Amino acid sequence: MSNDKIISESSEWTFPLLKRFDREIGRIAHDEFGLDTYANQIEVITSEQMIDAYSSVGLPINYHHWSFGKQFVATEQTYRRGQMGLAYEIVINSDPCIAYLMEENTLPMQALVIAHASYGHNSFFKGNYLFRTWTSADAIIDYLVFARGYIAECEERYGCEEVELLLDSCHALMNYGVDRYKRPAPLSLAEEKKRQHEREAYLQSQVNDLWRTLPVRGTAETTSGERRYPEEPQENLLYFIEKNAPLLEPWQRELVRIVRKIGQYFYPQRQTQVMNEGWATFWHYTLLNRLYEQGYVGDGFMIELLQSHTNVVLQPSFDAPYYSGINPYALGFAMMRDIRRICEEPTDEDHYWFPDIAGEDWLKVLDFAMRNFKDESFIAQFLSPKLMREFHLFAVCDDDREETLEITAIHEESGYRQLRQAFADQYNLGSREPNIQVYDVDLRGDRSLTLRHYRYNRRPLAESVDEMLLHIRRLWGFDVRLESVDEQGRVQLIGEC
Amino acid sequence: MSHFIDRRVNSKNKSTVNRQRFLKRYKSQLKRAVADAVNRRSITDVGAGEKVGIPSKDISEPVFHHGRGGTREVVHPGNKQFQKGDRVQRPESGEGGGSGQGKAGRGGIGEDDFVFELSRDEFMDLLFEDLELPNLVRNQLLGTTEFKTVRAGYSTTGAPSNIDVVRSLKGAIARRTALGAPYRSRVRELEAELAALLADGVAEDAAPVVALREEIDRIKTRIAALPFIDTFDLRYQSFTKQPEPTSKAVMLCIMDVSGSMDQVRKNLAKRFFILLYLFLQRNYDRIEVVFIRHHTIAQEVDEQEFFYSRETGGTVVSSALNLAYDVISERYGSDTWNIYAAQASDGDNWDSDSTICREILTTKLMPLMRYYAYVEITPRQHQSLWYAYQDVKAVHPHFAMEEISGAEDIFPVFRDLFRRQEA
Repeated sequence: MSNDKIISESSEWTFPLLKRFDREIGRIAHDEFGLDTYANQIEVITSEQMIDAYSSVGLPINYHHWSFGKQFVATEQTYRRGQMGLAYEIVINSDPCIAYLMEENTLPMQALVIAHASYGHNSFFKGNYLFRTWTSADAIIDYLVFARGYIAECEERYGCEEVELLLDSCHALMNYGVDRYKRPAPLSLAEEKKRQHEREAYLQSQVNDLWRTLPVRGTAETTSGERRYPEEPQENLLYFIEKNAPLLEPWQRELVRIVRKIGQYFYPQRQTQVMNEGWATFWHYTLLNRLYEQGYVGDGFMIELLQSHTNVVLQPSFDAPYYSGINPYALGFAMMRDIRRICEEPTDEDHYWFPDIAGEDWLKVLDFAMRNFKDESFIAQFLSPKLMREFHLFAVCDDDREETLEITAIHEESGYRQLRQAFADQYNLGSREPNIQVYDVDLRGDRSLTLRHYRYNRRPLAESVDEMLLHIRRLWGFDVRLESVDEQGRVQLIGEC
Repeated sequence: MSHFIDRRVNSKNKSTVNRQRFLKRYKSQLKRAVADAVNRRSITDVGAGEKVGIPSKDISEPVFHHGRGGTREVVHPGNKQFQKGDRVQRPESGEGGGSGQGKAGRGGIGEDDFVFELSRDEFMDLLFEDLELPNLVRNQLLGTTEFKTVRAGYSTTGAPSNIDVVRSLKGAIARRTALGAPYRSRVRELEAELAALLADGVAEDAAPVVALREEIDRIKTRIAALPFIDTFDLRYQSFTKQPEPTSKAVMLCIMDVSGSMDQVRKNLAKRFFILLYLFLQRNYDRIEVVFIRHHTIAQEVDEQEFFYSRETGGTVVSSALNLAYDVISERYGSDTWNIYAAQASDGDNWDSDSTICREILTTKLMPLMRYYAYVEITPRQHQSLWYAYQDVKAVHPHFAMEEISGAEDIFPVFRDLFRRQEA
């Protein structure tokens, strides 16, 4: 067999070699498997720069804030002490899709990372419905430039201290800055700048209006009965504050908005970790194997790849000392592979469980799954009994009213459905994060804001509540109350400040 | 279709600003940590960076999250023996009962400090913040002022090695453009004329056409003859010398090495000297240190001997003060040097000698000094020297004295001596 086609046997990478690999991987990805990707921008960086990238939450540009400095210090420290290796890559959901490769990686690792990030993650960003709905890949970098500039300007005008305090409070609520059901407006730098001034003026007038149009005391007060504001509870706390907080200055509203927009950008990532990583891992595995089959890489190359691949998809069992929950790479990869298997070699069990996809074209089925699901629904839909057996999954119920834990389901015929349901629920953001909504604003009285925490399975809020209320109070400007509503609808005040 | 970029050449300190903000925000905690560190620190690693810790709970960023309690169902991998309906003990923490999302263990046993390393400069800044040298004057040495060479734009003369190529060629282009402009417009006119003639059907070899062509050629030659580069175009990078005020300080370390000063006390003294040295370093470009030790007679020695050799015998402090005066008048004229002195002693002295010390200090030494700090390392009653020095202090405000009884006192005492004076 001729070895002419082998790109390189060496483990040293060079730019021409990287380009060669990229070309071949791209050819297989696009022409053979029909992956649809954004254009790629692949940047080689040093480990110091990787630490920098880590500390600005992976974004290539970000505004200044002490918390990023803390992150930086922490990462640097653990890295220097050798307690933690750095990720091989970081990939940014933007168009063109930016992927960082670390200079220290060997050539096979670089090839793996290109396949993983620039073709795997990239096509996921472009295809998955959550990313399509929530993020504007073509505008995020511009928006970050705008945000950084705007915040720097605010710091100059109003002082770092002031800006920092406000950002602290906004960061605390970052996860509560998403409209879960409405499609957000797309971002654009030009528009953003143009509209920003209009928005300032407009918003301010709106807020003033809200308070000015209070009904005059004594007239018609009794007829309106118990009308609340907002009429429906609002789940997007930051949005509500941005639009309604009575005392915020226009620039402060803009800052709230910036944090909200960035939080929103990360919202899909939090919901698709298993799918996203599984998809990318599946494709680096598939693409590089194809490269091997076609003779572009040799045995040594492949062995190095498989070794790190195996490390990535390792799933320790629950009783192992280094167990820290389900490894999203392992689960995602196994599920993607399993779907392909169900399509290509379905068993009777698969025909029973997955009549729609058993025996179908695996590329189409995978593509459909990638586009239309998030972790929760993906698991609920595609986790097969075979995988539950392979992972030896079992569900444990921890009820604080009981002395002991109960095993509620295991990987057996009668347990599959319950197990899968419990497993999917574990990835439901709604049950992972406390459900807190704006319930009422006392328009006629002290302007206090009432939030309600709707308890799920009787789970209480953690001790950070008091601090959180201080943050919300800083944003709202008046008293803030937090009530807890249990499953029977009983309301209980849990914090006030 | 992929685009490769080598970012390794870009600056890597993108997070510097954020790091500084972080330090600024936790300044008070850091200062406490630094003060602790300096007392714990071994004497040999002066002025290195330092690992400091601040309590994690101070720097956590709160978010809403679930606490313990309630019901939760979690799926785990790796079942070996469990059957549905089994009941198992709740594990102490972590896997089985935790949320499985890494939140388990939060608020459990002893929250760790958030530990990280400060650079040397950061460390020094925090250490000496709010401190100030009393009577800080940068005496300038006339005549031997040092110069620094700095760029000063461009000049038309200079050494060939200083030719600025880009600048010179830019000048050449400008000159050629300017000088050639009239010719070029003339060429354009003539060419237009020629074109008009030819359009009118005038033959190629007709006289006016030939004349025009010759004229055009002649002017083009002149354009071409403009020199590509002329000595007129040459620009040289110009440098000038700027006087640099330098400030120098000399620090006199005076220590009693009589039998009563044991190694522990010497170490305490040494720490004090080190602090003073570091502090002076921040304020002066150049520092010289003179070590003077004494028992009954005084000697100028090197550092090693100063701190580690042992002597015995009685104590005559005035011998050291006299030697200090000699050294100063011999080597450090006080109009060119900022002179600081630190004296450490356990307070022992010949009774009759203390008044002599007072005399020397008040009349001879103190007028030359920027600052004189005396620390007494003793847990005992003060002796005559302390009282004699109190008299000195009454006369000279730039004389300071404090008492140290243990390692933990050194930094506070030091801070006390150099606290920024309220104006």
